[in-house]
Amino acid sequence: MTGSISSTQKMDRLSLAVNAIPPSGIRRFFDMAEKMENVISLGVGEPDFPTPWNVREASIASIERGDTAYTANAGLEPLRIEIAKYMEQIFHVSYDPLSEIIVTVGASEGLDIAIRAIINPGDEVIVVEPGFVSYAPIVTLAGGKVIPLKTKKEHAFKLTKEAVEAAITPRTKAIMISFPNNPTGAVMTKEELLPIAEVIDDHDLLVISDEIYGELSYDTTHYSFSRLPRMKDRTILISGFSKAFAMTGWRLGFVCAPSDILSAMLKIHQYTMMSAPTIAQYGALEALQNGREDVDKMVTSYRQRRNFIVESFQEIGLDCHVPGGAFYAFPSIEATGMSSEEFAEALLKEEQVAVVPGNVFGSGGEGHIRCSYAASLDDLQTAIQRMDRFLNRK
Amino acid sequence: MMNETKLEILRILEENGRLPIDTIAKLVQRDKEEVAKIIQSLEDEKMILGYRAVVDWEKDQENTGVTAMIDVKVTPKRGVGFEQVAKRIYRFKEVDALYLMSGAYDLSVVVHGETMTEVANFVSEKLSTLDDVVSTTTHFRLKTYKHDGVIFHDEDNEDKRMVVSP
Repeated sequence: MTGSISSTQKMDRLSLAVNAIPPSGIRRFFDMAEKMENVISLGVGEPDFPTPWNVREASIASIERGDTAYTANAGLEPLRIEIAKYMEQIFHVSYDPLSEIIVTVGASEGLDIAIRAIINPGDEVIVVEPGFVSYAPIVTLAGGKVIPLKTKKEHAFKLTKEAVEAAITPRTKAIMISFPNNPTGAVMTKEELLPIAEVIDDHDLLVISDEIYGELSYDTTHYSFSRLPRMKDRTILISGFSKAFAMTGWRLGFVCAPSDILSAMLKIHQYTMMSAPTIAQYGALEALQNGREDVDKMVTSYRQRRNFIVESFQEIGLDCHVPGGAFYAFPSIEATGMSSEEFAEALLKEEQVAVVPGNVFGSGGEGHIRCSYAASLDDLQTAIQRMDRFLNRK
Repeated sequence: MMNETKLEILRILEENGRLPIDTIAKLVQRDKEEVAKIIQSLEDEKMILGYRAVVDWEKDQENTGVTAMIDVKVTPKRGVGFEQVAKRIYRFKEVDALYLMSGAYDLSVVVHGETMTEVANFVSEKLSTLDDVVSTTTHFRLKTYKHDGVIFHDEDNEDKRMVVSP
């Protein structure tokens, strides 16, 4: 029989898991903002620096040499060795490059295969919200159950021992955390993480720690979760090159984990990805070997702009906690009486400033907007003027 | 040893000398008065010597000016080394820049003139006639690609990121 397929049939031919995932909340704003002119965007989740030239050059050289075949599944050995050195020098955690590190297609792939390697159907994963948009869908796709754990503004969006304990059930397998956090910019110090580690230990849980923004810490040095006592064996540490090295489009990340978990992840990786892009791996090698100065410069520049945007928000009456890391400010817009979506949509339509409504990062983000300050100082200044005008009308 | 705030302000101004003081104050988390004082002291100490625009004169159709970089060998003088001859050279208004160099020659002189003849005349009449100057080699600058860290015709400068992303 010919004819069109009904919408029920269309739902039926897709997996239950994929149907259970809501469409991306960011997409709608992207579509709206893209059609408008004269938009200043504070909605971009990536650095405003191009990848440093030496890194691009190294990648071009690898193409010229013809280094374009697959690499080992886990990634180029010299790259894994450099990653191990880097993690040791910058974050003081030590991993064996050959059995405890793999190179992935962005930190995103690392997150996905970490969850797939450890989750059985029905296992519960505590997902800290507000948090990056892909955590919950990744768990759902793997057949796990998402247990959202809201961090609160009054705690500067940090985790508390009590809140974590309250979210744990006998079915809890793991917790996904991310500090410095996208979208809140929250960071956690060693002292603040220690009680969390105790809970993890007491309940025999695993931790997936997304530390992609680790280098972008402005007031304190980033303390890796796996550096806490007894936590190395319980932590799947995920990071990559996108943020600190300004290499988002290269799609290159890495995972450091205990060797049993890592080899399970490697199994999934080798059947689904084979290996991360070779030419990107050569770029990353250069970034680790000769990129320190660029990273430091970029971090200084983000820190200055962080200072600028927070103080400017306070001047125009936007209630904003000081984000200790990443490149996002997460001011509260509750005083306007609008929902975060209403606020973001009206701000875009009336003043052509694009921000991301907090609720797309989980319900804990309602009442806030995410403003990326990875934008030029001129753009930040203009955006703040426009937002001031907008707030005065509301 | 210079304090960190001072150094940070210098780097900010080196990048953009026109930033207003209150913007700089926000960037470095200090109050305006303190930043103004620091900048004043940097100017007083002559650590900051001036503020200028980076101009692409090639955009001015009527501009015929030329710039030459001249390698100069000199005989240093006992007691004063290169200082005396350097002073005699940099006092000419035609001289834009002067550096003491290591290597095959001693002084590098950057000379600006309205025409090539003007520069040639300066070299033959003023520069090479100085007692201490042994030889000169003149190179004319044909095109500026990058000057003081600024790329002049930067086509890669536009923001290529998607307007909203997670």
